Amino acid sequence: MSGTFLGMPAFPEAARSAVADPVLRANLRHATHTIRARRARAVAELADWEALRQAGKEIKDHTLRHLDTHLLRLEEAVTSAGGVVHWAEDAEEANRIVTELVRATGEREVVKVKSMATQEIGLNEALEAAGIAAYETDLAELIVQLGEDRPSHILVPAIHRNRGEIRRIFRDRMGAWGRPAPDGLTDEPARLAEAARLHLREKFLRAKVGVSGANFMVAETGTLVVVESEGNGRMCLTLPETLISVVGVEKVVPTWRDLEVFLQTLPRSSTAERMSPYTSMWTGTSDGDGPRAFHLVLLDNGRTSALADATGRQALRCIRCSACLNVCPVYERAGGHAYGSVYPGPIGAILTPQLRGTVSELDASLPYASSLCGACYEVCPVAIDIPEVLVSLRERVAARGGSGHRVERAAMAAATWLFDHPGALAAGERLASATRRLHPSRPPGAGAWTAGRELPELPERSFRDWWRRERGKGS
Amino acid sequence: MSTARERVLARIRAANAGAPDAPGPSREYLTAHSPAGDPAALADLLHENLTDYRAHVSRSGPAGLPGLIGTLLARRGARSVAVPPGLPAGWLAEARGVDRRPDDRAAGPLSAAELDAVDAVVTGCALAVAETGTIVLDGGPGQGRRALTLVPDLHVCVVRVPGQLVASLPLALPRLDPRRPLTWISGPSATSDIELDRVEGVHGPRTLEVILLADQDPPEPDG
Repeated sequence: MSGTFLGMPAFPEAARSAVADPVLRANLRHATHTIRARRARAVAELADWEALRQAGKEIKDHTLRHLDTHLLRLEEAVTSAGGVVHWAEDAEEANRIVTELVRATGEREVVKVKSMATQEIGLNEALEAAGIAAYETDLAELIVQLGEDRPSHILVPAIHRNRGEIRRIFRDRMGAWGRPAPDGLTDEPARLAEAARLHLREKFLRAKVGVSGANFMVAETGTLVVVESEGNGRMCLTLPETLISVVGVEKVVPTWRDLEVFLQTLPRSSTAERMSPYTSMWTGTSDGDGPRAFHLVLLDNGRTSALADATGRQALRCIRCSACLNVCPVYERAGGHAYGSVYPGPIGAILTPQLRGTVSELDASLPYASSLCGACYEVCPVAIDIPEVLVSLRERVAARGGSGHRVERAAMAAATWLFDHPGALAAGERLASATRRLHPSRPPGAGAWTAGRELPELPERSFRDWWRRERGKGS
Repeated sequence: MSTARERVLARIRAANAGAPDAPGPSREYLTAHSPAGDPAALADLLHENLTDYRAHVSRSGPAGLPGLIGTLLARRGARSVAVPPGLPAGWLAEARGVDRRPDDRAAGPLSAAELDAVDAVVTGCALAVAETGTIVLDGGPGQGRRALTLVPDLHVCVVRVPGQLVASLPLALPRLDPRRPLTWISGPSATSDIELDRVEGVHGPRTLEVILLADQDPPEPDG
């Protein structure tokens, strides 16, 4: 069983232990800086990047504004292509639906494609409680699952583990789950990947039920899209007899043509590739190719609450690329676990409190886990103004708790953590100043809703820069 | 009693009541990033991008194709090859000593375990995208069902140029039928999950050989 996020300490406490771990910090720094530089190169190849970003934002905004219409259209298209559509209001309902579908097949195990939605609802734990084994098949998710650990990054969930640790996990744990690691396994990445290939292949070949999420669902055609690199996704989508996909309602796009935008922006933002090695598309079921039964579980689980928030709803544009994690000075130092949810980093700081509410100390502290530097907004392929949403959520937390309230104390502790880590703060300030001309003076959005709000003007120099220059020489 | 479906839809409608209108996308992005009307340059771009993502690329005319396929299979040590329905009969004509394993309704489809024991698969494709170095399979003649190009460790894929080649994603999508299962392949399977070191070949074919097939045979080389 993998670790759970429930009962996590609030952000500052969890961040403190991450900062104290030098291996973790070095891994995170290496990862975020490497992916960041690669992404910048991949994006620079496209002269029309800003136009693609704008189109992506507009498609998502339009979809969200008419979400009921597009979901009904999707349902009709999937159904007429031989699929079955289920609706789940929350995690419990989604887990119950999936559990019953698996039980109906008579099977006791499923193979899984890496999916944020199924992690969000804790599907593996729910299946395990029902006596059904769920095997994660993404290499990093396998490392996390075998290590009884939690993912720390959306794209590279085991980034907090280095090769030596992964070798040890494979050597010690693979045997308990199936085919053991080969004798004499070294810590060379190619050998470790080979061990995963052998371990998982027997599971793929005998699997009768696959469980996935989806990156996109096309309303007009009923097509689902999964973007991946390793081929484990193709295995899970193709070899089993039954496929169950759990997908957040916000993943729908209206038209087939809309994919031309997101299939350009997602891979470049995420893995910094022109396209990822494998993109799979399927529409219902196909005669003689792939699963004979297809179930789509449409998941709300707090998304409609986010939709009801005039400022916060833009978080639902997110295509889970994770570019914002890799540029965030706070994420780089605190690591993914400190965010206490499957969605770490800047996007997690605005998504988690909206999906779960700001009742717990952890969730209330998340909007403060940021220096508001704006780097996340700059790289976002659907132009989510994360700082704007953070500020709005801080207002919500403050209004709920009142001075001295435990929620407010947790929030203030997060802010204090930030100020205690000058590196995180200073990097943020410098970036914000350097990009100030690019920052909108008004929150983006349609006129009447947002015209009355102004974003505070950013100073030309951060206070720290000014102090250093004025007082000179030191530090 | 209302259903979950009705309740989710009602919450969406309530959340959107009074929200400002959001017009459709402006789509001011480019249709393609490469100049139109130069098929040779487009083929070069596909070649370059496929190679960049560690696919192996060779070129051939119709007369040389069977020999080239035979050579590639032999070079990789393939002793058996899965054959999708509708694969042009001549393509495997010079694959000597290679056991052919047809996957069609007449012979009965290969089981997952049988497929796992096959060394290679040879297919055509639906189209290829030059700018991203991508080949797209749609299960049409000569391509077979999706598992066929997934389980064997070597995939040899033939792309007709310029007929099956488009420049970009916006030009590719209108040529594809969304009702068919589609697999977009950009290089062999890969992972960067271990310290961001790229490793080619995890679960899909570890070797991807792409042959760019020209309409005509090249002139005999000098000497």
